[in-house]
Amino acid sequence: MGVALARSAQWTAARYGTRALETTPLNEAILEEIMMFVESFIYKHPQEAKYVFVEPLEWKTNLDPSAFESGYIVSETTVKSEEVDKDGQPLLFLSVPHIKIRSFGQLSRFLLTAKDTKLKEAQACIEANEGPVTKILGLDYNTMKEDTSVVNILDKITKEEDPASEIKMKLGKLLEQLDLHLLNHSLRHISLEIRLNPTIVKNDIELLKHFSGKGEQTVLESIDYTSDYEFSNGCRAPPWRQIHGEICYVLVKPHDVETLCITCSAEGVFLNGGKTNDEGEINYERKSEIYKDLVTFLKEKSAKFSENMSKQDVRFSEEWKKEKEEPKEAPKKEEAAAPRKALPASSKSMLEKNQINFGKSQMTKRLEPSLNWKATIDFKEHKSLLRDIQEEKRGGRLERSGPPVSPGRAQLIHKSAEKIEEMISESSSESEEDEEPPDHRQEANADLPSEYWQIQKLVKYLKGGNQTATVIALCSMKDFNLAQETCQLAIRDVGGLEVLINLLDTDEVKCKIGSLKILKEISHNPQIRRNIVDLGGLPILVNILDSPHKSLKCLAAETIANVAKFRRARRAVRRHGGITKLVALLDCAQNSGEPAQSSLYDARDVEVARCGALALWSCSKSYANKEAIRRAGGILLLAGLLKTSHENMLIPVVGTLQECASEENYRAAIKAERIIENLVKNLNSENEQLQEHCAMAIYQCAEDKETRDLVRLHGGLKPLASLLNNTDNKERLAAVTGAIWKCSISKENVTKFREYKAIETLVGLLTDQPEEVLVNVVGALGECCQEYENRVLVRKCGGIQPLVNLLVGINQTLLVNVTKAVGACAVEPESMMIIDRLDGVRLLWSLLKNPHPDVKASAAWALCPCIQNAKDAGEMVRSFVGGLELVVNLLKSDNKEVLASVCAAITNIAKDQENLAVITDHGVVPLLSKLANTNNDKLRRHLAEAISRCCMWGRNRVTFGEYKAVAPLVRYLKSNDANVHRATAQALYQLSEDADNCITMHENGAVKLLLDMVGSPDQDLQEAAAGCISNIRRLALATEKARYT
Amino acid sequence: MNRKKLQKLTDTLTKNCKHFNKFEVNCLINLFYNLVGEVTEWQGITIGLDRNAFRNILHMTFGMTDDMIMDRVFRGFDKDNDGCVNVSEWIYGLSIFLRGTLEEKMKYCFEVFDLNGDGFISKEEMFHMLKNSLLKQPSEEDPDEGIKDLVEITLKKMDHDHDGKLSFTDYEQAVREETLLLEAFGPCLPDPKTHMEFEAQVFKDPNEFNDI
Repeated sequence: MGVALARSAQWTAARYGTRALETTPLNEAILEEIMMFVESFIYKHPQEAKYVFVEPLEWKTNLDPSAFESGYIVSETTVKSEEVDKDGQPLLFLSVPHIKIRSFGQLSRFLLTAKDTKLKEAQACIEANEGPVTKILGLDYNTMKEDTSVVNILDKITKEEDPASEIKMKLGKLLEQLDLHLLNHSLRHISLEIRLNPTIVKNDIELLKHFSGKGEQTVLESIDYTSDYEFSNGCRAPPWRQIHGEICYVLVKPHDVETLCITCSAEGVFLNGGKTNDEGEINYERKSEIYKDLVTFLKEKSAKFSENMSKQDVRFSEEWKKEKEEPKEAPKKEEAAAPRKALPASSKSMLEKNQINFGKSQMTKRLEPSLNWKATIDFKEHKSLLRDIQEEKRGGRLERSGPPVSPGRAQLIHKSAEKIEEMISESSSESEEDEEPPDHRQEANADLPSEYWQIQKLVKYLKGGNQTATVIALCSMKDFNLAQETCQLAIRDVGGLEVLINLLDTDEVKCKIGSLKILKEISHNPQIRRNIVDLGGLPILVNILDSPHKSLKCLAAETIANVAKFRRARRAVRRHGGITKLVALLDCAQNSGEPAQSSLYDARDVEVARCGALALWSCSKSYANKEAIRRAGGILLLAGLLKTSHENMLIPVVGTLQECASEENYRAAIKAERIIENLVKNLNSENEQLQEHCAMAIYQCAEDKETRDLVRLHGGLKPLASLLNNTDNKERLAAVTGAIWKCSISKENVTKFREYKAIETLVGLLTDQPEEVLVNVVGALGECCQEYENRVLVRKCGGIQPLVNLLVGINQTLLVNVTKAVGACAVEPESMMIIDRLDGVRLLWSLLKNPHPDVKASAAWALCPCIQNAKDAGEMVRSFVGGLELVVNLLKSDNKEVLASVCAAITNIAKDQENLAVITDHGVVPLLSKLANTNNDKLRRHLAEAISRCCMWGRNRVTFGEYKAVAPLVRYLKSNDANVHRATAQALYQLSEDADNCITMHENGAVKLLLDMVGSPDQDLQEAAAGCISNIRRLALATEKARYT
Repeated sequence: MNRKKLQKLTDTLTKNCKHFNKFEVNCLINLFYNLVGEVTEWQGITIGLDRNAFRNILHMTFGMTDDMIMDRVFRGFDKDNDGCVNVSEWIYGLSIFLRGTLEEKMKYCFEVFDLNGDGFISKEEMFHMLKNSLLKQPSEEDPDEGIKDLVEITLKKMDHDHDGKLSFTDYEQAVREETLLLEAFGPCLPDPKTHMEFEAQVFKDPNEFNDI
């Protein structure tokens, strides 16, 4: 009991001398246990009950003497027990208000007498008696306890043979048992308690903050921390209070109650003494019960709060719940994210993500566009939630962390086989939205909005009504705000989806139309999409595409466009032949001479084609679907539709083309079908979205040289350049800069861009833009800077500083582009001076440590012109501690591009004798020699150059020979690349200074190859080849001479 | 009937009917006489399709089942209220029935639904027309409750001036917002499938048929 009381029981801060037990549930539980023990003691252990305590337990009691009955001598103010010890002293002595008790027997009786107040008495007793065990058993018990091996105790008992001491021992054991029991009990109790931590508290408060403010609808008027300072552990309480587990203090002003000053501690949330006015100091004393969290507390304290909380629709609580569940789900999510596609896709998919993301805020730029599921929430709410979500996601992108819902039974059969197919067949442009969101159903006991019940009623009529009633119910259902998630989920949760889908299978055109009109709206919700697919809705939708009624076709196509936003759905559309049918819809508009609307169920042909294009746009995110569209002859039809001038037709058409342009086939077709011309034409449209998709399509296609030329010939460069000036629409800006980047790969285009002053604008875009824009801007500048005039231009516009600043980023694509641009600038000595001054070379050098090979290679390439053009390059290179070793070690990489770039860097580094000496010490020669057996011409060239440079030091020539680098080099001469020939001849020339190498060369037939090279028009090559031959010949002559003399 | 007379009849009817061409009118006249038999005029009294014969056609050809609605459709056709549909009423009625513009159809449907012809569709009329539209659930205490509720839903949707009944303006506005509500209280127009079948069957001579 002693240990339990000392450790587990929660004492108030012992400030005023007297100790007091706090009224916490844990303490109450402990007291309860102790009381039970004491009360039953007299029956269970009558022997031990008689044992007289060494010292009495004393405390102040509230019990009236009159309460005592038989067995006691009662007077006005005193009570004595009849039971006495061997000295004749009573075992219970009460002299109001002090009481002394000296045996368990009396304690038991006392508690029985106290009845209702026994809890208070027990508490008073424990509070007043520090170390009750010592008092009961005496000090020696505690010393004896030091070595409480059972043997020891038994020993003592058997030795002393004293019955009193035996009883004492037994009592001691009993108390020990109680102690253990209490500890276990409190442990169980503690483990039941939800411990709050700073993060949970913080999230709660942040969330509440968003829903606070003036007005009737908010849950609180205000909620604020008392302190702005947050410690690194997330607490705001001063350190001496943190010891007590307190996290922070919050001032809450509910609508209907005075301002509450609340302590949030690890144990829970409670009201404290409030701010003491004079110093703003907080009275930390607890003034209320402890609640498990802030919301529970506030619900208890403020009726208005709890009312408004329940009014906040279900989403709120879901949000809340989710936040709390997250930590558990985090690892799962990471697993799911693991097999993500590698870099080449990332720039593209990132761009795509932006389309969804940008509009909201720049801050979200690195986050995934997973807000779809709540995209329908009205704006205000949305905005306030947004920040929370961002926070959540920073903590590991937990948004869609739930387990994927198991697909329908039928699909299970094929599942494993399909999975593999799907992995391959899906194109890289799959965006995040593909991941299936968690399924959150409304909880049965949650406060359901009134819409829920109305919708339930309508669904009942849908089920049990004839055609007329069904149509009325459908029309009425359509009047609900179907963009609202509550309604969407309500329809599903009352079983409406099944009915709606079943209606599609009937012959009733009117019911089908009504049902589709609803499905079209609610399928904006990602969960509903999945449910539709799970219920087998897609095959039915696909069948409706064959319907003779155009409006049905339209609605079905539009619904498919919404549903096919995730992989499984797209596959289902394809499997059921939907792609062909959708492509057929495109054909409608081609039929000239539109007949008048002959029936109520007919839409215009253009509309049909538009809906078809819309659905194809959604479907075209899968590789296999792109292929299917192509095979169904979709490209021609799309090209045809591109000639129209309806904006809402053009957007899905261009969108589809842009999506498909990731495929080589399409790019070829786009070139062939004169689509570029129309894309360029639409760049001039007024519609921003259309401009964006056009630019995006150009971006995709302009990898191809002819396409780039076509863009120029059709006058596309000017609109692109002028669109640069509008930087508000980030999605469009990203697409436009992307198109400019790709177009500027052609020199003629760069000249045009310079004419249109696009380069100056691009430099201006180097700051304050989202990453996706930056990647493209920097890429474009990298291309432009290949020309002298532009380099000067970029320098004059002050572009070098922001470029160098970008070298510290983390986005790989961006880094690749930035290093390239910086490298291009470094060709200019004047620019180089600026780069050097900004410490750009060091930044480039540290990028050699970047884990991604593309970045490494790009950085190494960029270093070459830097070293070439820096003043005092040798000294600069040496100044990077460990830099040379780093470079040499990169020769161990297995990426050809990295190797080639590093060889090029080494060639430049080795121009400085001292550095050459250092890298030789780091073992550059064996590493280079090891690379010699390669077929990659780029690597061969730079390797040969590096070898020829490295020959200039010490006995490196000989060492290359020893490491067998010479023979493979000779073979390089058979390559088709003139650059390789030149570099190799130079290397061989250097190596041929060593006699052994000459022999090796000769043996490998170098002479004949070199003789051919002597006839080359390339002077350097001639010279090197001739030099090498002369070295070999000289050796031969020398040996001959030696032989004959 | 002699050929000349038929020619003349066709010409007059074609002139008055904008939705059918001459050939189609001819076909429909022929159909009409096939249905009533050759004796259309007996001693100056025009004979036509009587209520039963007409309802039979509606049922067999257009798949209508609701007695009350069929009665109302007959009333819609029988403009002169003489208890039978004569040949001009037949042509005129079918032109709306099959080819009517939205405006014509709205007017026609409203007349069908306005059972007592007072210019309003009242709650009672709605109830009357919808009373068979829900599956009776034996468990429910008041079997009519669902219907009443349905009437309320309909009123909420269509009664724009909140006077508890539908005027033609209310009806027209609701239908323009949502065409599906054209036949809100029961099918009184041919459904697209039977419509096409009927036209295909009646106008089957392809030589003179060029405009559908």
